[in-house]
Amino acid sequence: MSNLLSINNLRGGYHKREIIRGISLEVTKGDFLGVIGPNGSGKTTFLRLISRVIKPLTGNIRLFGKDITSLELKEFCRQVAFVSQDALSNFSFSVFEIVLMGRIPHLKRLQSETKKDLRIAELALTMTDTLHLKDKMINELSSGERQRVLIARALAQEPVLIFLDEPTAHLDIGHQVQILDLLRKLNRNESLTIVMVLHDLNLAGEYCNRLVLFDDGRVFKEGVPEQVLTYQNIEKVYKTVVVVNKNPINSKPYVLLVSGEK
Amino acid sequence: MRAKNLKIFFTLIGLLLVVILLGISKGSVNIPLNSLLLSENRPILYLRIFRVFMAVLSGCGLAVSGIVLQAILRNPLAEPYILGTSSGAGIGAVLVMILGVSFAYLPLAAFCGALLSIILVYNLARQHNKINEHSLILSGVIVSIALSSLIVFLISISTREALHGITWWLWGSLQVYDHKLLILVSSIVFLGIGAIYLFCQDLNAISLGDEEALHLGIDIELVKKILILISSLITAGLVCISGIIGFVGLIIPHIMRMVVGPNHKILIPASCFGAAVFMVVCDILSRSIAPPFEIPIGVITALVGAPAFIILLKKKQRV
Repeated sequence: MSNLLSINNLRGGYHKREIIRGISLEVTKGDFLGVIGPNGSGKTTFLRLISRVIKPLTGNIRLFGKDITSLELKEFCRQVAFVSQDALSNFSFSVFEIVLMGRIPHLKRLQSETKKDLRIAELALTMTDTLHLKDKMINELSSGERQRVLIARALAQEPVLIFLDEPTAHLDIGHQVQILDLLRKLNRNESLTIVMVLHDLNLAGEYCNRLVLFDDGRVFKEGVPEQVLTYQNIEKVYKTVVVVNKNPINSKPYVLLVSGEK
Repeated sequence: MRAKNLKIFFTLIGLLLVVILLGISKGSVNIPLNSLLLSENRPILYLRIFRVFMAVLSGCGLAVSGIVLQAILRNPLAEPYILGTSSGAGIGAVLVMILGVSFAYLPLAAFCGALLSIILVYNLARQHNKINEHSLILSGVIVSIALSSLIVFLISISTREALHGITWWLWGSLQVYDHKLLILVSSIVFLGIGAIYLFCQDLNAISLGDEEALHLGIDIELVKKILILISSLITAGLVCISGIIGFVGLIIPHIMRMVVGPNHKILIPASCFGAAVFMVVCDILSRSIAPPFEIPIGVITALVGAPAFIILLKKKQRV
């Protein structure tokens, strides 16, 4: 009964072109699951399927045992939040207005935010250490700050499950660690279940308690980082030579790439 | 933040009252306000009240329609006529004139022409039952250009004198010809604005992006359809009574966004007041620059609006 999300034989893509070709996966409460795989292996499409952006061709996705397509959209968004890559706006909303939009799934049409909503939004800002940016305009922020604000908006939805599409893209290593530390903290302290797509195998191995490696729309390997990040798996899927070693500090696997022609 | 907005609203309402009084007292014959109330001057008073009302009505309708399209299309150049409304209405009007049908049908023909061109644009842009903002803008531009050329083509091959008046009509006029029609259109416009106001949250979320809005629980395809329909009805309704008044629907939303910010809960009412003030002022100018001639209102809105917009933009950039 601890299965939060169960995905059964999921197939889907765009206009009959199948990108996800039969994926079954279980996400349990408290998971910190990393989805890795080469470009075009279907990671983003998978996230779009399980967040209801696109409809599956066959198979189903169950949240607490209920098919997600049978849930009312707002009901779904009260339980699942999505942090997309590089969400930008032409319009200069303030940080607080952006985070407050996370309360939309909880509000009725025309209903104004109550004191409670404002409090939840402020709490979300505090948790992501962005309270000092509250009155800044979203388009004045650095990428790292903007990413934290988008996570704050997702938290304001008070979800049990959060999806992130490459939350560390375009960030320097300092900010990558800052974002992932934040996610780990939320995962541990707030028992938030996290599913995220990551390109960086080492960061994925460092932070996630479970990894799933995609290859051509299917699950190639699933398990703890030590089981997934082996040189055999990576060389097979990414078609490149690597060396996998152990991090001397926490003995997690790390991947070194080996260049081609010298 | 709240106090600042309240101040802006009070200022706008005050301004609106002042310009309305000015608009009523100004005209080709200058009659002081108090003597306007005399019974022999009543017809003139009513005439001017209607005219000021038309200015307020078209200002509010065009501004809100512009706001909706700018949010949905996420394009700063979006305006009420971007979906081919103006040229569609023009074709309808030209056809009435060429076919020699009674001029009483002109508003109806313009309305139908406007709606038909929007339907055409919408369907051209639709792919897999989804509306992409870029294809919507593109098909709007293409249909507009094609229909405008068709208008010029029809005008040049026609021998009817009356047809040359069409260019005049296309620049907009706030003259009230038909009171029943005015009542009908004003109910469309004000009910439409009310309906759009119910979608404030949705508009806020949609202006961040379609998928962003979807992740906040908004049924984007349905909401976009409803909003495009309502704003099209408003624009088409206005076109058939006042012709095409450019610039208001484009710049007033931008100006008000600079003043009160992008939150639609505040932006929509603020833009209504702002646009009403702007239109009444433009109407006063159009009547008083070269009396007894009237300059088409669309010319004035562009001539006044463009510099006002540039000044604000420059000021904003300096901050």
